[in-house]
Amino acid sequence: MELEADAAEARARRDRRADRAFRTLLWLAGLLVLLALGSTAVSLAWGGREAFATFGPGFLVSSEWDPVGRRFGALVPIYGTLVTSLLAMLFAVPVSFGIALFLTEIAPGWLRGPVAAAIELLAAIPSIIYGMWGLFVFVPFMADHVEPWLIERLGPLPVLGVLFRGVPLGIGMLTGGVILGIMVIPFVSSVMHEVFSVVPATLKESAYALGCTTWEVARDIVLPYTRTAVSGGIFLGMGRALGETMAVTFVLGNTHNLSASLLDPGNSIAAAIANEFAEADSGLYLSSLIALGLVLFAVTFLVLAAAKLLLLRLEGAAGR
Amino acid sequence: MDSRLQRLLVAAGALALAAGVAGHARAGEITGAGSTFAYPILSRWSADYAAKTGDRLNYQSIGSGGGIAQIKAGTVDFGATDKPLEPEELAAAGLGQFPIVIGGVVPVVNLKGVEPGKLRLSGPLLADIFLGKVARWNDPALRELNPGLALPDAGITVVHRSDGSGTTYNWANYLSKVSPEWKEKVGEGTSLSWPTGIGGKGNEGVAAYVDRLPNSIGYVEYAYVVQNKMNYAVLRNRAGRFVGPEAAAFQAAAATAEWAKARDFCLLITDAPGQDAYPVAAITWVLMYRQPKDAARSKAALGFFRWALESGQAQAAALDYVPLPADLVRQIEAYWAATFPR
Repeated sequence: MELEADAAEARARRDRRADRAFRTLLWLAGLLVLLALGSTAVSLAWGGREAFATFGPGFLVSSEWDPVGRRFGALVPIYGTLVTSLLAMLFAVPVSFGIALFLTEIAPGWLRGPVAAAIELLAAIPSIIYGMWGLFVFVPFMADHVEPWLIERLGPLPVLGVLFRGVPLGIGMLTGGVILGIMVIPFVSSVMHEVFSVVPATLKESAYALGCTTWEVARDIVLPYTRTAVSGGIFLGMGRALGETMAVTFVLGNTHNLSASLLDPGNSIAAAIANEFAEADSGLYLSSLIALGLVLFAVTFLVLAAAKLLLLRLEGAAGR
Repeated sequence: MDSRLQRLLVAAGALALAAGVAGHARAGEITGAGSTFAYPILSRWSADYAAKTGDRLNYQSIGSGGGIAQIKAGTVDFGATDKPLEPEELAAAGLGQFPIVIGGVVPVVNLKGVEPGKLRLSGPLLADIFLGKVARWNDPALRELNPGLALPDAGITVVHRSDGSGTTYNWANYLSKVSPEWKEKVGEGTSLSWPTGIGGKGNEGVAAYVDRLPNSIGYVEYAYVVQNKMNYAVLRNRAGRFVGPEAAAFQAAAATAEWAKARDFCLLITDAPGQDAYPVAAITWVLMYRQPKDAARSKAALGFFRWALESGQAQAAALDYVPLPADLVRQIEAYWAATFPR
């Protein structure tokens, strides 16, 4: 009897130890994320201190980027990053929504597998391939067919027209935004597809039974049920769009040039760093590029925080 | 499944270890880093030299700025750069510097109906185009130089490098020499604040944009023009003659440059005075320590460059680089004798 109790005691001790060890590991795994994030921010801030000390807050609002005169400002890359990402989401969200709805509501069984697999394959294509495809296939298409039409039809409009003026080079923010959009579609649409498929069939069928159209079911049943997860997928795609480098570099034009027109070449933070880091030949230049990295960090954080806030607001409104 | 994963991990670990060992410099291996422009010829020389002597060259084409940083940090036996260091900077770092190969920067255009080598440009006009002042192909200044050509009534799209580059440095140095306005507004450097145009990454990026965009003009290394059969323009040199990008014209620029006056060969040969000199000829220099920590490896590197300059010039020509003039080679060998330990 005693022996048995001892064995049970020993076993319980061992379990407690193992459990403690496991919990410690989990803590470490969780803290690792914070540590990685924090140390990245700190080392970026440290690397960029020379730029911040030299230019002060003016670094964020100056559109000048002159490696010869050693005057640097981040406005053009910040603007380019935000505009291309916004365009990407404007393009990617509706398309992804369509793809996910098609897969869950309309597609015949034999087609679901292939289409879902194709989307996942799209996500696996390296971004440089998107860039090259963009430059050699999509840029000519934009230059020859889309942009002349935009310039002719939308250019003369009073306010909106400013966005569509210039030379139809095919290279610029609009092309960059569309390519980015194509790149983030797999991320957004696969999340949407996953969550749409867990919407209880009874809910949807009741709606159909009440005479709802497919669109009404999507708008009033599927979307409200999956709103949080869908926004999560959109954030995921947006985070990717903000930091994407290679594909944008190919089609954006890489010029530090501030222009309202979406057809003009611009620059993004990630593209500027990728292009210029290797040959930055002065301490201040290098420091400015690292400071750009920190700015991207902050921009991404702010955009995602703002999106989260918006979501909370929406949820509050829906709750009432 | 588990044991398969385990085996995979072990194999990956072994591979990483092997790569780490191989990454270490072996005896008889010369290490270098820098100019991407010189990479093709250095790797060709490396293969031939290894076949002959067994000494290998491990060259990382990370860009001129990177090459300068690496040699200053002492991680490589030599650095290669398209932008020379001033004698004072060399002395402060304890480095010596000498040229190894000549190339040239060539204006390339995408103009329908204009054959390669038919478009004529002068230095000041080129500067005005890259400043955005001459913005249309039928500008009177362009028509005056090209009376026989049917130049389109279209805007000029300027294409430049988006990354820092020795090519840009030579290009900007030339434009600064021929245009006071360029010198004042833009200046020279490996990266510039471009007044107009779009940026492509690397020579291949600029070549792709020019190839893609009608009515564009850009600048690339000579080898790119030859290998991609690009449409180039000829340039008026200081002597007033129009010269195309040809080996003889680059060599003439190197030969007529006043090397005797330059310390440590710190001389850009743009806008050279010779009758047949091409105006935007460029040079790649090698940087090495005067008092290296590892004398044997430095000696091996010098042996490699001696072989390259004496017997490797045919390979250079085959890869569309331009051999150094014999007179310059003699000056370099005299410099070696005076600068580096035997």
